[in-house]
Amino acid sequence: MEAVDPTIFRLAIFVLAIFVGYYVVWSVTPALHTPLMAVTNAISSVIIVGALIAAAAHADGAGIGVWVSKGAGGIASALAAVNIFGGFMVTRRMLAMYKKKEKPAGEKK
Amino acid sequence: MDFANISALAYLVSGVLFILALRGLSSPETSRKGNLYGMVGMAIAIGVTLLSLLGKGDLDPVTIVIILCGIAVGGIIGMTIAQKVSMTSMPQLVAAFHSLVGMAACMVAIGALYAPQAFGIDDGAGGIKAQSLIELSLGVAIGAITFTGSVIAFAKLNGNMSGAPIILPARHLINIALGVAVVVLIVTLIITHGLATWAFWGIFILALVLGITLIIPIGGADMPVVVSMLNSYSGWAAAALGFTLENIALIITGALVGSSGAILSYIMCKGMNRNFFSVIMGGFGGDTAAAGGGAVETRPVKQGSADDAAFIMKNASKVIIVPGYGMAVAQAQHALREMADKLKEEGVEVKYAIHPVAGRMPGHMNVLLAEANVPYDEVFELEDINSEFATADVAFVIGANDVTNPAAKTDPSSAIFGMPILEVEKARTILFIKRGMSAGYAGVENELFFKDNTMMLFGDAKKMVEGIVKGL
Repeated sequence: MEAVDPTIFRLAIFVLAIFVGYYVVWSVTPALHTPLMAVTNAISSVIIVGALIAAAAHADGAGIGVWVSKGAGGIASALAAVNIFGGFMVTRRMLAMYKKKEKPAGEKK
Repeated sequence: MDFANISALAYLVSGVLFILALRGLSSPETSRKGNLYGMVGMAIAIGVTLLSLLGKGDLDPVTIVIILCGIAVGGIIGMTIAQKVSMTSMPQLVAAFHSLVGMAACMVAIGALYAPQAFGIDDGAGGIKAQSLIELSLGVAIGAITFTGSVIAFAKLNGNMSGAPIILPARHLINIALGVAVVVLIVTLIITHGLATWAFWGIFILALVLGITLIIPIGGADMPVVVSMLNSYSGWAAAALGFTLENIALIITGALVGSSGAILSYIMCKGMNRNFFSVIMGGFGGDTAAAGGGAVETRPVKQGSADDAAFIMKNASKVIIVPGYGMAVAQAQHALREMADKLKEEGVEVKYAIHPVAGRMPGHMNVLLAEANVPYDEVFELEDINSEFATADVAFVIGANDVTNPAAKTDPSSAIFGMPILEVEKARTILFIKRGMSAGYAGVENELFFKDNTMMLFGDAKKMVEGIVKGL
Protein backbone atom coordinates (compact mmCIF):
# COMPACT_ATOMS: atom_id res chain seq x y z
CA MET A 1 0.00 0.00 0.00
CA GLU A 2 1.26 3.47 -0.80
CA ALA A 3 1.91 5.74 2.12
CA VAL A 4 -0.61 8.53 2.67
CA ASP A 5 0.79 12.05 2.84
CA PRO A 6 0.76 13.24 6.50
CA THR A 7 -0.92 16.43 5.29
CA ILE A 8 -4.02 14.36 4.52
CA PHE A 9 -4.15 13.24 8.14
CA ARG A 10 -3.85 16.86 9.28
CA LEU A 11 -6.61 17.80 6.89
CA ALA A 12 -8.76 15.04 8.41
CA ILE A 13 -8.11 16.42 11.91
CA PHE A 14 -8.95 19.92 10.65
CA VAL A 15 -12.27 18.86 9.08
CA LEU A 16 -13.29 16.82 12.12
CA ALA A 17 -12.36 19.68 14.44
CA ILE A 18 -14.65 21.99 12.45
CA PHE A 19 -17.50 19.58 13.16
CA VAL A 20 -16.57 19.33 16.83
CA GLY A 21 -16.46 23.14 16.95
CA TYR A 22 -19.85 23.35 15.25
CA TYR A 23 -21.60 21.14 17.81
CA VAL A 24 -19.74 22.49 20.83
CA VAL A 25 -20.42 26.13 19.96
CA TRP A 26 -24.12 25.52 19.34
CA SER A 27 -24.35 24.16 22.86
CA VAL A 28 -22.89 27.35 24.33
CA THR A 29 -25.61 29.27 26.12
CA PRO A 30 -26.33 32.63 24.42
CA ALA A 31 -25.80 34.35 27.77
CA LEU A 32 -22.11 33.41 27.53
CA HIS A 33 -21.48 34.49 23.93
CA THR A 34 -19.29 37.41 24.98
CA PRO A 35 -17.02 35.22 27.16
CA LEU A 36 -17.00 32.74 24.26
CA MET A 37 -15.52 35.38 21.96
CA ALA A 38 -12.98 36.42 24.56
CA VAL A 39 -11.83 32.85 25.20
CA THR A 40 -11.65 31.92 21.50
CA ASN A 41 -9.43 34.96 21.18
CA ALA A 42 -7.17 33.65 23.90
CA ILE A 43 -6.91 30.12 22.53
CA SER A 44 -6.30 31.23 18.94
CA SER A 45 -3.18 32.85 20.31
CA VAL A 46 -1.71 29.36 20.50
CA ILE A 47 -0.18 30.73 17.28
CA ILE A 48 2.55 31.72 19.74
CA VAL A 49 4.12 28.30 19.08
CA GLY A 50 4.92 29.56 15.57
CA ALA A 51 6.28 32.77 17.04
CA LEU A 52 8.63 30.83 19.34
CA ILE A 53 9.95 28.75 16.44
CA ALA A 54 10.54 31.90 14.36
CA ALA A 55 12.34 33.57 17.27
CA ALA A 56 14.58 30.51 17.65
CA ALA A 57 15.72 30.46 14.00
CA HIS A 58 19.41 29.55 13.73
CA ALA A 59 21.89 32.39 13.51
CA ASP A 60 24.32 30.26 11.46
CA GLY A 61 21.72 30.05 8.69
CA ALA A 62 21.33 32.34 5.71
CA GLY A 63 22.43 35.65 7.21
CA ILE A 64 19.94 38.53 7.26
CA GLY A 65 16.87 36.32 6.73
CA VAL A 66 17.38 34.68 10.10
CA TRP A 67 17.32 38.03 11.86
CA VAL A 68 14.14 39.05 10.04
CA SER A 69 12.64 35.81 11.30
CA LYS A 70 13.86 36.33 14.86
CA GLY A 71 12.50 39.87 14.93
CA ALA A 72 9.13 38.82 13.52
CA GLY A 73 9.04 35.98 16.04
CA GLY A 74 9.73 38.34 18.92
CA ILE A 75 6.97 40.74 17.87
CA ALA A 76 4.55 37.85 17.30
CA SER A 77 5.35 36.46 20.79
CA ALA A 78 4.51 39.81 22.34
CA LEU A 79 1.26 40.21 20.39
CA ALA A 80 0.16 36.67 21.17
CA ALA A 81 1.11 37.09 24.84
CA VAL A 82 -1.14 40.17 25.12
CA ASN A 83 -3.99 38.00 23.89
CA ILE A 84 -3.20 34.95 25.98
CA PHE A 85 -2.92 36.80 29.28
CA GLY A 86 -5.51 39.44 28.42
CA GLY A 87 -7.98 36.98 26.91
CA PHE A 88 -7.96 34.40 29.71
CA MET A 89 -7.95 37.06 32.45
CA VAL A 90 -10.84 39.04 31.03
CA THR A 91 -12.81 35.83 30.47
CA ARG A 92 -12.20 34.86 34.07
CA ARG A 93 -13.29 38.30 35.23
CA MET A 94 -16.51 38.06 33.23
CA LEU A 95 -17.34 34.50 34.28
CA ALA A 96 -16.88 35.39 37.94
CA MET A 97 -19.78 37.84 37.59
CA TYR A 98 -22.36 35.28 36.52
CA LYS A 99 -24.20 34.42 39.69
CA LYS A 100 -27.28 32.46 40.47
CA LYS A 101 -30.27 33.86 42.31
CA GLU A 102 -29.48 33.79 46.02
CA LYS A 103 -31.99 31.76 47.93
CA PRO A 104 -33.21 33.66 51.00
CA ALA A 105 -31.77 32.18 54.18
CA GLY A 106 -33.81 29.45 55.79
CA GLU A 107 -35.93 28.82 52.72
CA LYS A 108 -36.09 25.20 51.65
CA LYS A 109 -35.56 24.17 48.05
CA MET B 1 9.30 6.99 20.96
CA ASP B 2 11.20 10.10 19.96
CA PHE B 3 10.48 13.59 21.16
CA ALA B 4 8.68 14.66 17.96
CA ASN B 5 5.97 12.07 18.62
CA ILE B 6 5.68 12.93 22.30
CA SER B 7 5.32 16.62 21.51
CA ALA B 8 2.71 15.86 18.83
CA LEU B 9 0.71 13.97 21.47
CA ALA B 10 1.09 16.86 23.90
CA TYR B 11 -0.27 19.26 21.25
CA LEU B 12 -3.21 16.90 20.81
CA VAL B 13 -3.85 17.09 24.56
CA SER B 14 -3.85 20.87 24.47
CA GLY B 15 -6.21 20.81 21.48
CA VAL B 16 -8.61 18.61 23.48
CA LEU B 17 -8.33 20.95 26.48
CA PHE B 18 -9.32 23.86 24.21
CA ILE B 19 -12.40 21.91 23.10
CA LEU B 20 -13.27 21.37 26.79
CA ALA B 21 -12.77 25.10 27.41
CA LEU B 22 -15.50 25.89 24.89
CA ARG B 23 -17.64 23.00 26.08
CA GLY B 24 -17.58 24.45 29.60
CA LEU B 25 -19.39 27.54 28.35
CA SER B 26 -22.61 25.57 27.95
CA SER B 27 -23.54 26.75 31.44
CA PRO B 28 -22.20 29.39 33.82
CA GLU B 29 -21.40 26.78 36.52
CA THR B 30 -19.06 24.77 34.29
CA SER B 31 -17.60 27.79 32.51
CA ARG B 32 -15.02 28.73 35.13
CA LYS B 33 -13.54 25.23 35.07
CA GLY B 34 -13.58 25.40 31.26
CA ASN B 35 -11.52 28.56 31.30
CA LEU B 36 -8.99 26.80 33.51
CA TYR B 37 -8.74 23.93 30.98
CA GLY B 38 -7.99 26.53 28.34
CA MET B 39 -5.15 27.99 30.40
CA VAL B 40 -3.67 24.55 31.05
CA GLY B 41 -3.90 23.72 27.33
CA MET B 42 -2.05 26.91 26.49
CA ALA B 43 0.65 26.23 29.09
CA ILE B 44 1.18 22.73 27.69
CA ALA B 45 1.49 24.03 24.12
CA ILE B 46 4.01 26.70 25.05
CA GLY B 47 5.96 24.39 27.37
CA VAL B 48 6.28 21.61 24.80
CA THR B 49 7.39 24.05 22.09
CA LEU B 50 10.11 25.44 24.35
CA LEU B 51 11.24 21.92 25.34
CA SER B 52 11.52 20.78 21.74
CA LEU B 53 13.47 23.93 20.83
CA LEU B 54 15.73 23.24 23.81
CA GLY B 55 16.17 19.64 22.65
CA LYS B 56 17.31 20.83 19.24
CA GLY B 57 19.77 23.23 20.89
CA ASP B 58 18.00 26.26 19.42
CA LEU B 59 17.58 28.15 22.66
CA ASP B 60 20.72 30.26 22.63
CA PRO B 61 20.91 33.28 25.00
CA VAL B 62 19.82 35.79 22.34
CA THR B 63 16.73 33.72 21.54
CA ILE B 64 15.87 33.36 25.21
CA VAL B 65 16.08 37.13 25.67
CA ILE B 66 13.85 37.75 22.63
CA ILE B 67 11.23 35.25 23.81
CA LEU B 68 11.23 36.35 27.45
CA CYS B 69 11.01 40.03 26.56
CA GLY B 70 8.20 39.37 24.10
CA ILE B 71 6.14 37.33 26.53
CA ALA B 72 6.84 39.62 29.50
CA VAL B 73 5.95 42.83 27.67
CA GLY B 74 2.87 41.26 26.05
CA GLY B 75 1.78 39.55 29.24
CA ILE B 76 1.97 42.68 31.37
CA ILE B 77 0.08 44.74 28.78
CA GLY B 78 -2.53 42.00 28.45
CA MET B 79 -3.12 41.63 32.19
CA THR B 80 -3.31 45.38 32.73
CA ILE B 81 -5.90 45.77 29.98
CA ALA B 82 -7.91 42.78 31.21
CA GLN B 83 -8.16 44.24 34.70
CA LYS B 84 -8.97 47.80 33.71
CA VAL B 85 -11.39 47.41 30.82
CA SER B 86 -15.04 48.21 31.52
CA MET B 87 -17.71 45.73 30.55
CA THR B 88 -19.38 48.30 28.31
CA SER B 89 -16.28 48.45 26.13
CA MET B 90 -15.97 44.68 25.79
CA PRO B 91 -16.82 44.79 22.04
CA GLN B 92 -13.90 47.15 21.40
CA LEU B 93 -11.56 44.98 23.44
CA VAL B 94 -12.52 41.85 21.54
CA ALA B 95 -12.02 43.67 18.22
CA ALA B 96 -8.59 44.85 19.39
CA PHE B 97 -7.62 41.31 20.44
CA HIS B 98 -8.69 40.00 17.01
CA SER B 99 -6.38 42.48 15.34
CA LEU B 100 -3.47 41.19 17.43
CA VAL B 101 -4.13 37.56 16.44
CA GLY B 102 -4.22 38.70 12.80
CA MET B 103 -0.92 40.55 13.08
CA ALA B 104 0.73 37.70 15.02
CA ALA B 105 -0.28 35.33 12.19
CA CYS B 106 1.33 37.69 9.65
CA MET B 107 4.53 37.86 11.71
CA VAL B 108 4.76 34.08 11.98
CA ALA B 109 4.30 33.80 8.19
CA ILE B 110 7.10 36.34 7.68
CA GLY B 111 9.34 34.37 10.02
CA ALA B 112 8.63 31.12 8.14
CA LEU B 113 9.36 32.76 4.77
CA TYR B 114 12.71 34.12 5.89
CA ALA B 115 13.89 31.11 7.90
CA PRO B 116 12.33 28.07 6.17
CA GLN B 117 14.89 25.69 7.70
CA ALA B 118 13.74 26.54 11.22
CA PHE B 119 10.20 25.54 10.22
CA GLY B 120 11.30 22.49 8.22
CA ILE B 121 9.57 23.72 5.07
CA ASP B 122 12.59 24.22 2.77
CA ASP B 123 12.62 22.12 -0.40
CA GLY B 124 16.32 21.30 -0.10
CA ALA B 125 17.24 23.47 -3.10
CA GLY B 126 17.25 26.88 -1.43
CA GLY B 127 13.51 27.40 -1.96
CA ILE B 128 10.31 26.55 -0.06
CA LYS B 129 7.85 23.71 -0.70
CA ALA B 130 4.88 24.75 -2.85
CA GLN B 131 2.34 23.40 -0.37
CA SER B 132 3.85 25.39 2.49
CA LEU B 133 3.84 28.52 0.33
CA ILE B 134 0.09 28.18 -0.26
CA GLU B 135 -0.49 27.82 3.50
CA LEU B 136 1.79 30.74 4.29
CA SER B 137 0.15 32.99 1.71
CA LEU B 138 -3.33 32.15 2.98
CA GLY B 139 -2.18 32.71 6.55
CA VAL B 140 -0.70 36.13 5.80
CA ALA B 141 -3.61 37.21 3.58
CA ILE B 142 -6.33 36.27 6.09
CA GLY B 143 -4.21 37.53 8.98
CA ALA B 144 -3.71 40.94 7.35
CA ILE B 145 -7.43 41.29 6.51
CA THR B 146 -8.24 40.36 10.11
CA PHE B 147 -5.75 42.95 11.37
CA THR B 148 -6.92 46.05 9.50
CA GLY B 149 -10.56 44.93 9.51
CA SER B 150 -10.45 44.63 13.30
CA VAL B 151 -8.70 47.98 13.66
CA ILE B 152 -11.55 49.61 11.69
CA ALA B 153 -14.15 47.71 13.75
CA PHE B 154 -12.39 48.85 16.93
CA ALA B 155 -12.37 52.49 15.77
CA LYS B 156 -16.08 52.36 14.90
CA LEU B 157 -17.04 50.70 18.18
CA ASN B 158 -14.80 52.94 20.26
CA GLY B 159 -16.08 56.10 18.61
CA ASN B 160 -12.69 57.07 17.11
CA MET B 161 -14.46 56.81 13.78
CA SER B 162 -18.04 57.58 12.79
CA GLY B 163 -20.27 54.53 12.76
CA ALA B 164 -21.78 55.67 9.47
CA PRO B 165 -20.99 53.50 6.45
CA ILE B 166 -18.28 54.92 4.19
CA ILE B 167 -19.18 54.07 0.62
CA LEU B 168 -16.35 54.29 -1.90
CA PRO B 169 -17.35 54.57 -5.54
CA ALA B 170 -17.05 51.21 -7.31
CA ARG B 171 -16.13 49.57 -3.98
CA HIS B 172 -17.08 46.06 -5.13
CA LEU B 173 -14.83 46.49 -8.17
CA ILE B 174 -11.95 47.65 -5.95
CA ASN B 175 -12.37 44.65 -3.64
CA ILE B 176 -12.52 42.20 -6.53
CA ALA B 177 -9.43 43.75 -8.14
CA LEU B 178 -7.53 43.51 -4.83
CA GLY B 179 -8.62 39.89 -4.43
CA VAL B 180 -7.49 38.96 -7.94
CA ALA B 181 -4.15 40.72 -7.42
CA VAL B 182 -3.59 38.72 -4.22
CA VAL B 183 -4.24 35.45 -6.07
CA VAL B 184 -1.81 36.45 -8.86
CA LEU B 185 0.89 37.23 -6.28
CA ILE B 186 0.33 33.90 -4.50
CA VAL B 187 0.86 32.09 -7.83
CA THR B 188 4.02 34.16 -8.46
CA LEU B 189 5.35 33.24 -5.03
CA ILE B 190 4.78 29.52 -5.68
CA ILE B 191 6.34 29.58 -9.18
CA THR B 192 9.50 31.21 -7.80
CA HIS B 193 9.68 28.69 -4.91
CA GLY B 194 9.30 31.51 -2.42
CA LEU B 195 12.32 33.42 -3.66
CA ALA B 196 10.20 36.37 -4.85
CA THR B 197 9.81 37.85 -1.40
CA TRP B 198 8.40 41.03 -3.01
CA ALA B 199 5.35 38.98 -4.01
CA PHE B 200 4.89 37.98 -0.36
CA TRP B 201 5.09 41.59 0.80
CA GLY B 202 2.67 42.48 -2.00
CA ILE B 203 0.15 39.97 -0.64
CA PHE B 204 0.65 41.40 2.85
CA ILE B 205 0.10 45.02 1.80
CA LEU B 206 -2.84 44.36 -0.54
CA ALA B 207 -4.55 42.25 2.12
CA LEU B 208 -4.08 45.07 4.64
CA VAL B 209 -5.82 47.44 2.20
CA LEU B 210 -8.54 44.86 1.54
CA GLY B 211 -9.27 44.63 5.27
CA ILE B 212 -9.98 48.36 5.31
CA THR B 213 -12.09 48.49 2.14
CA LEU B 214 -14.14 45.49 3.26
CA ILE B 215 -15.11 46.89 6.66
CA ILE B 216 -15.53 50.68 6.18
CA PRO B 217 -18.84 50.36 4.26
CA ILE B 218 -20.41 48.42 7.14
CA GLY B 219 -22.40 50.55 9.58
CA GLY B 220 -21.86 50.74 13.34
CA ALA B 221 -25.07 48.89 14.12
CA ASP B 222 -23.96 45.86 12.07
CA MET B 223 -20.76 45.57 14.10
CA PRO B 224 -21.97 42.48 16.05
CA VAL B 225 -21.83 40.57 12.76
CA VAL B 226 -18.47 42.07 11.80
CA VAL B 227 -16.86 41.29 15.14
CA SER B 228 -18.09 37.69 14.94
CA MET B 229 -16.90 37.40 11.34
CA LEU B 230 -13.42 38.68 12.19
CA ASN B 231 -13.33 36.21 15.08
CA SER B 232 -13.89 33.50 12.50
CA TYR B 233 -11.18 34.90 10.17
CA SER B 234 -8.59 34.93 12.94
CA GLY B 235 -9.32 31.23 13.41
CA TRP B 236 -8.85 30.37 9.73
CA ALA B 237 -5.56 32.31 9.63
CA ALA B 238 -4.31 30.31 12.63
CA ALA B 239 -5.41 27.03 11.01
CA ALA B 240 -3.57 27.84 7.74
CA LEU B 241 -0.35 28.37 9.68
CA GLY B 242 -1.07 25.25 11.72
CA PHE B 243 -0.59 23.25 8.52
CA THR B 244 2.73 24.99 7.82
CA LEU B 245 3.93 24.28 11.35
CA GLU B 246 2.47 20.77 11.22
CA ASN B 247 1.02 21.58 14.62
CA ILE B 248 -2.14 19.74 15.70
CA ALA B 249 -3.00 22.16 18.53
CA LEU B 250 -3.01 25.06 16.10
CA ILE B 251 -5.05 23.19 13.48
CA ILE B 252 -7.69 22.13 16.03
CA THR B 253 -7.85 25.61 17.57
CA GLY B 254 -8.12 27.30 14.19
CA ALA B 255 -11.01 25.03 13.25
CA LEU B 256 -12.78 25.65 16.59
CA VAL B 257 -12.41 29.41 16.46
CA GLY B 258 -13.28 29.53 12.77
CA SER B 259 -16.53 27.66 13.23
CA SER B 260 -17.33 29.52 16.46
CA GLY B 261 -17.11 32.90 14.73
CA ALA B 262 -19.10 31.63 11.77
CA ILE B 263 -21.92 30.38 14.02
CA LEU B 264 -22.03 33.65 15.96
CA SER B 265 -22.24 35.62 12.69
CA TYR B 266 -25.11 33.38 11.62
CA ILE B 267 -26.95 33.88 14.93
CA MET B 268 -26.51 37.66 14.68
CA CYS B 269 -27.77 37.76 11.09
CA LYS B 270 -30.77 35.65 12.00
CA GLY B 271 -31.50 37.98 14.94
CA MET B 272 -31.76 40.84 12.45
CA ASN B 273 -33.35 38.77 9.68
CA ARG B 274 -30.54 39.95 7.42
CA ASN B 275 -28.72 37.97 4.83
CA PHE B 276 -25.04 37.51 5.74
CA PHE B 277 -23.95 38.75 2.31
CA SER B 278 -26.07 41.87 2.49
CA VAL B 279 -24.41 42.68 5.82
CA ILE B 280 -20.85 42.25 4.59
CA MET B 281 -21.64 44.16 1.38
CA GLY B 282 -22.39 47.02 3.74
CA GLY B 283 -24.07 50.37 3.27
CA PHE B 284 -26.70 49.81 5.97
CA GLY B 285 -27.14 50.71 9.59
CA GLY B 286 -25.27 53.85 10.55
CA ASP B 287 -25.71 54.91 14.16
CA THR B 288 -28.36 57.41 13.18
CA ALA B 289 -30.21 56.67 10.01
CA ALA B 290 -31.24 59.59 7.81
CA ALA B 291 -34.82 60.69 8.33
CA GLY B 292 -37.24 59.05 5.94
CA GLY B 293 -38.97 61.09 3.27
CA GLY B 294 -42.37 60.62 4.91
CA ALA B 295 -44.38 63.18 6.83
CA VAL B 296 -42.96 64.37 10.13
CA GLU B 297 -44.56 62.49 12.96
CA THR B 298 -46.88 64.78 14.91
CA ARG B 299 -49.20 62.34 16.59
CA PRO B 300 -49.44 62.80 20.35
CA VAL B 301 -47.76 60.39 22.71
CA LYS B 302 -48.52 59.79 26.35
CA GLN B 303 -45.67 61.11 28.40
CA GLY B 304 -44.98 60.20 31.99
CA SER B 305 -42.63 60.99 34.84
CA ALA B 306 -40.43 58.73 36.96
CA ASP B 307 -43.04 58.82 39.75
CA ASP B 308 -45.79 57.69 37.38
CA ALA B 309 -43.62 54.79 36.28
CA ALA B 310 -42.80 53.89 39.89
CA PHE B 311 -46.49 53.89 40.76
CA ILE B 312 -47.43 51.66 37.84
CA MET B 313 -44.69 49.12 38.52
CA LYS B 314 -45.26 49.02 42.27
CA ASN B 315 -48.82 47.92 41.64
CA ALA B 316 -47.88 45.34 39.02
CA SER B 317 -47.43 41.68 39.77
CA LYS B 318 -45.06 40.94 36.89
CA VAL B 319 -42.55 43.23 35.17
CA ILE B 320 -40.38 42.23 32.20
CA ILE B 321 -37.37 44.46 31.58
CA VAL B 322 -36.11 44.79 27.99
CA PRO B 323 -32.62 46.32 27.93
CA GLY B 324 -30.91 47.57 24.77
CA TYR B 325 -27.77 49.34 23.70
CA GLY B 326 -29.10 52.62 25.14
CA MET B 327 -28.82 51.10 28.62
CA ALA B 328 -25.15 50.32 27.98
CA VAL B 329 -24.46 53.83 26.72
CA ALA B 330 -26.11 55.42 29.75
CA GLN B 331 -24.42 52.90 32.12
CA ALA B 332 -27.84 52.34 33.67
CA GLN B 333 -27.45 48.64 34.52
CA HIS B 334 -26.61 49.17 38.21
CA ALA B 335 -29.51 51.56 38.77
CA LEU B 336 -31.72 49.09 36.92
CA ARG B 337 -30.78 46.25 39.24
CA GLU B 338 -31.49 48.48 42.24
CA MET B 339 -34.92 49.18 40.78
CA ALA B 340 -35.53 45.46 40.27
CA ASP B 341 -34.50 44.77 43.90
CA LYS B 342 -36.95 47.36 45.19
CA LEU B 343 -39.70 45.89 43.04
CA LYS B 344 -38.95 42.39 44.32
CA GLU B 345 -39.24 43.67 47.88
CA GLU B 346 -42.72 44.87 46.93
CA GLY B 347 -43.51 41.33 45.80
CA VAL B 348 -43.29 42.03 42.08
CA GLU B 349 -41.96 39.29 39.83
CA VAL B 350 -39.11 40.70 37.70
CA LYS B 351 -37.58 39.11 34.61
CA TYR B 352 -35.22 40.34 31.92
CA ALA B 353 -35.71 39.70 28.20
CA ILE B 354 -32.69 39.84 25.88
CA HIS B 355 -32.91 40.11 22.12
CA PRO B 356 -30.12 38.27 20.25
CA VAL B 357 -28.79 41.50 18.71
CA ALA B 358 -29.18 43.78 21.72
CA GLY B 359 -25.89 45.57 22.30
CA ARG B 360 -22.81 45.71 20.13
CA MET B 361 -21.67 42.10 20.29
CA PRO B 362 -23.22 38.68 20.96
CA GLY B 363 -24.16 38.34 24.62
CA HIS B 364 -23.20 41.94 25.46
CA MET B 365 -26.35 42.65 27.51
CA ASN B 366 -25.93 39.47 29.54
CA VAL B 367 -22.43 40.50 30.61
CA LEU B 368 -23.58 44.00 31.56
CA LEU B 369 -26.43 42.61 33.66
CA ALA B 370 -24.10 40.07 35.25
CA GLU B 371 -21.74 42.92 36.10
CA ALA B 372 -24.60 44.66 37.91
CA ASN B 373 -25.17 41.46 39.94
CA VAL B 374 -28.36 40.46 38.18
CA PRO B 375 -28.69 36.69 38.73
CA TYR B 376 -28.42 34.92 35.38
CA ASP B 377 -31.49 32.78 36.03
CA GLU B 378 -33.65 35.91 35.86
CA VAL B 379 -32.37 36.70 32.36
CA PHE B 380 -34.11 35.04 29.42
CA GLU B 381 -33.57 34.76 25.68
CA LEU B 382 -36.18 35.79 23.15
CA GLU B 383 -37.65 32.32 22.46
CA ASP B 384 -37.98 31.55 26.16
CA ILE B 385 -39.74 34.70 27.24
CA ASN B 386 -41.84 35.90 24.32
CA SER B 387 -44.88 33.90 25.43
CA GLU B 388 -44.74 35.59 28.85
CA PHE B 389 -45.38 39.16 27.74
CA ALA B 390 -49.10 38.36 27.50
CA THR B 391 -49.16 37.70 31.25
CA ALA B 392 -46.93 40.64 32.19
CA ASP B 393 -48.40 43.82 33.65
CA VAL B 394 -45.51 45.99 32.58
CA ALA B 395 -42.92 45.74 29.83
CA PHE B 396 -40.11 48.11 30.80
CA VAL B 397 -38.11 48.96 27.67
CA ILE B 398 -34.83 50.71 28.42
CA GLY B 399 -32.65 51.83 25.53
CA ALA B 400 -34.14 49.42 23.01
CA ASN B 401 -36.42 50.25 20.11
CA ASP B 402 -36.30 48.29 16.85
CA VAL B 403 -36.22 44.92 18.62
CA THR B 404 -39.71 45.65 20.00
CA ASN B 405 -41.23 47.14 16.86
CA PRO B 406 -44.36 45.22 15.77
CA ALA B 407 -43.85 46.53 12.21
CA ALA B 408 -41.37 43.67 11.88
CA LYS B 409 -44.35 41.33 11.95
CA THR B 410 -47.11 43.36 10.34
CA ASP B 411 -45.61 45.70 7.75
CA PRO B 412 -44.00 43.93 4.76
CA SER B 413 -42.70 47.27 3.46
CA SER B 414 -40.74 47.95 6.65
CA ALA B 415 -36.94 47.77 6.57
CA ILE B 416 -37.00 45.41 9.53
CA PHE B 417 -39.84 43.16 8.30
CA GLY B 418 -39.25 39.55 9.30
CA MET B 419 -36.88 40.32 12.17
CA PRO B 420 -37.80 38.38 15.30
CA ILE B 421 -38.99 40.82 17.97
CA LEU B 422 -39.73 40.83 21.67
CA GLU B 423 -43.52 41.02 21.81
CA VAL B 424 -43.78 43.80 24.38
CA GLU B 425 -47.01 45.02 22.76
CA LYS B 426 -48.78 42.12 24.47
CA ALA B 427 -48.03 43.43 27.96
CA ARG B 428 -50.76 45.36 29.77
CA THR B 429 -48.66 48.54 29.99
CA ILE B 430 -45.50 49.44 28.09
CA LEU B 431 -42.97 51.87 29.55
CA PHE B 432 -40.36 53.22 27.13
CA ILE B 433 -37.29 55.05 28.39
CA LYS B 434 -35.89 57.06 25.48
CA ARG B 435 -33.89 60.21 25.04
CA GLY B 436 -36.25 61.53 22.38
CA MET B 437 -38.69 60.57 19.70
CA SER B 438 -36.06 59.60 17.12
CA ALA B 439 -36.48 56.39 15.17
CA GLY B 440 -34.20 53.40 15.77
CA TYR B 441 -31.06 52.76 13.74
CA ALA B 442 -33.10 51.12 11.01
CA GLY B 443 -34.88 54.48 10.58
CA VAL B 444 -38.28 52.93 11.22
CA GLU B 445 -41.02 54.58 13.27
CA ASN B 446 -42.23 52.46 16.16
CA GLU B 447 -46.05 52.33 16.28
CA LEU B 448 -45.87 51.29 19.92
CA PHE B 449 -45.04 54.84 20.99
CA PHE B 450 -48.53 56.00 20.02
CA LYS B 451 -50.53 53.25 21.66
CA ASP B 452 -52.89 54.13 24.50
CA ASN B 453 -51.24 51.78 26.96
CA THR B 454 -47.72 53.07 26.22
CA MET B 455 -46.11 55.64 28.44
CA MET B 456 -42.98 57.40 27.21
CA LEU B 457 -40.37 58.36 29.79
CA PHE B 458 -38.11 60.89 28.09
CA GLY B 459 -34.65 61.43 29.49
CA ASP B 460 -31.30 59.87 30.22
CA ALA B 461 -31.83 56.18 31.04
CA LYS B 462 -29.71 56.23 34.17
CA LYS B 463 -31.25 59.37 35.66
CA MET B 464 -34.73 58.15 34.84
CA VAL B 465 -34.18 54.79 36.54
CA GLU B 466 -32.65 56.51 39.58
CA GLY B 467 -35.75 58.69 39.69
CA ILE B 468 -37.95 55.62 39.64
CA VAL B 469 -35.93 54.02 42.44
CA LYS B 470 -36.57 57.13 44.56
CA GLY B 471 -40.26 56.98 43.70
CA LEU B 472 -40.57 53.41 44.89
